[in-house]
Amino acid sequence: MSFSNAAAKMVIMGGSAGSMQPMMLLLSALPATFRAAILLVVHRQRNVHSNLHEILSQHCSTPVREPEDKDPIQAGHIYLAPQNYHLLVETDGNFALEYSEPVCFSRPSIDVTLQGAVWAGVKNLLVVLLSGANTDGAAGIAAVLKAGGQAFIQLPGMAEFPAMPGGALTRNPEASARDIPEISGYLNQFVM
Amino acid sequence: MPFSIPQVHAFLNLVREKWGYDFSGYAEASLHRRLRRVAELAHTPSLEKLGKRLQSDPHAFNWFLENFTVNVTEMFRDPEFYACLRKQIFPVLETFPHINIWHAGCSTGEEVYSMAILLQESGLLSRCRIYATDLNPANLEKARAGIVATPMLKEYIQNYRLSGGVEDFTQYYTALYGNAIFQKELREKITFLQHNLVADGVFNEFQLIICRNVFIYFKRNLQEQVLGLFTESLAPLGFLALGTKESILSARIQARFEVASRPMKIYRKKY
Ligand SMILES: C[S@@+](CC[C@H](N)C(=O)[O-])C[C@H]1O[C@@H](n2cnc3c(N)ncnc32)[C@H](O)[C@@H]1O
Repeated sequence: MSFSNAAAKMVIMGGSAGSMQPMMLLLSALPATFRAAILLVVHRQRNVHSNLHEILSQHCSTPVREPEDKDPIQAGHIYLAPQNYHLLVETDGNFALEYSEPVCFSRPSIDVTLQGAVWAGVKNLLVVLLSGANTDGAAGIAAVLKAGGQAFIQLPGMAEFPAMPGGALTRNPEASARDIPEISGYLNQFVM
Repeated sequence: MPFSIPQVHAFLNLVREKWGYDFSGYAEASLHRRLRRVAELAHTPSLEKLGKRLQSDPHAFNWFLENFTVNVTEMFRDPEFYACLRKQIFPVLETFPHINIWHAGCSTGEEVYSMAILLQESGLLSRCRIYATDLNPANLEKARAGIVATPMLKEYIQNYRLSGGVEDFTQYYTALYGNAIFQKELREKITFLQHNLVADGVFNEFQLIICRNVFIYFKRNLQEQVLGLFTESLAPLGFLALGTKESILSARIQARFEVASRPMKIYRKKY
């Protein structure tokens, strides 16, 4: 995927505490094949090895992979940000990992990936922000909206931990707050 | 505001000409992010202004270097990596007559002290000489002091346990006013030196080189150049360990190595 290509689509889905269930629902409802690259940024423990990508893979027809530094970002694939790195996007369409200060107490941070995608010039960008207990994602969504992207935020009242979607919505009142079935509908249209 | 590519080029040219550091081979996403951060910390809206500031104040460049390089590190980061060293790599090192180890891009030393502890537990430390290098002199100064803040220890000890460590960790440090200072026996085995992977050359022959989470900051060409330096610096059958999300991407260099552990990114020089 090259970001100068106007057809290149990207979804960045951010989640923290309480996001596993809605994320699995969204992933399992995806069409069997699709045209967007889907990046999942999930807060996890840093040094306790987790096989989340394997667990998520069991819920969707497309396997979920943890990218390595400089791996190409390919349409139709689902990627999970590796533990203890920030996930960035290079203008040449490859991933870049960064081991640097946590942002919003998080590494990977959703803000960092969102701001990074905007920096790289990703045009067709859809953000989905799910349940969480901190305020990661709010600043990133502001950057995405300013650059012409779209954002769907899980209705805070329906989230197990409302602080993260609530914070993002307070900062970005123009973003759309929806329940998971509605987000799923938009998402499935967008990725085709 | 993001900086444009020409603005960044102009700034990097200034840094190279005035202070001799060449960052042109650094990967762009992170490089731009770091420059934005430094400019924000310096309250300078543009790289041009930042450049002027660095030139007008003799201390400012050191400040820039300290904040531009990413100095984050942890003890026993990726516990499985240390478990692999202990189980798989140390038994081979043990058969070598000399054990010279190079930590390239050691930051403030947490990784190096983790290694020293592991070597001591394996009975190898007395036969080892550890060289730890970094570009950033402020990092080296902290590393030499051998001090970590006690609040960090809880997580580090957990990592140590996850890596298979079973000893009483408190024997490795002395606690003092909220800090933990590593024991002299660990500290005196380590030589900290300034070395720039971009510009400096071979300085010794090593049986093990560890360079983790430094290549993510380099573009492929610079990675290949530095891998050339590591290949030259390694003794035959010596080991090279990269970060767990980094690989030898160049086919030319791959041909010189076999894989000792694929998931832990440990390579062994063939001859
Ligand atoms: C993120 S830290 C990694 C520290 C440690 N290896 C770890 O994985 O925990 C990256 C380090 O690489 C150093 N570095 C960056 N460019 C370098 C260069 N050209 N030569 C030597 N060190 C460099 C930085 O100063 C920083 O300390």
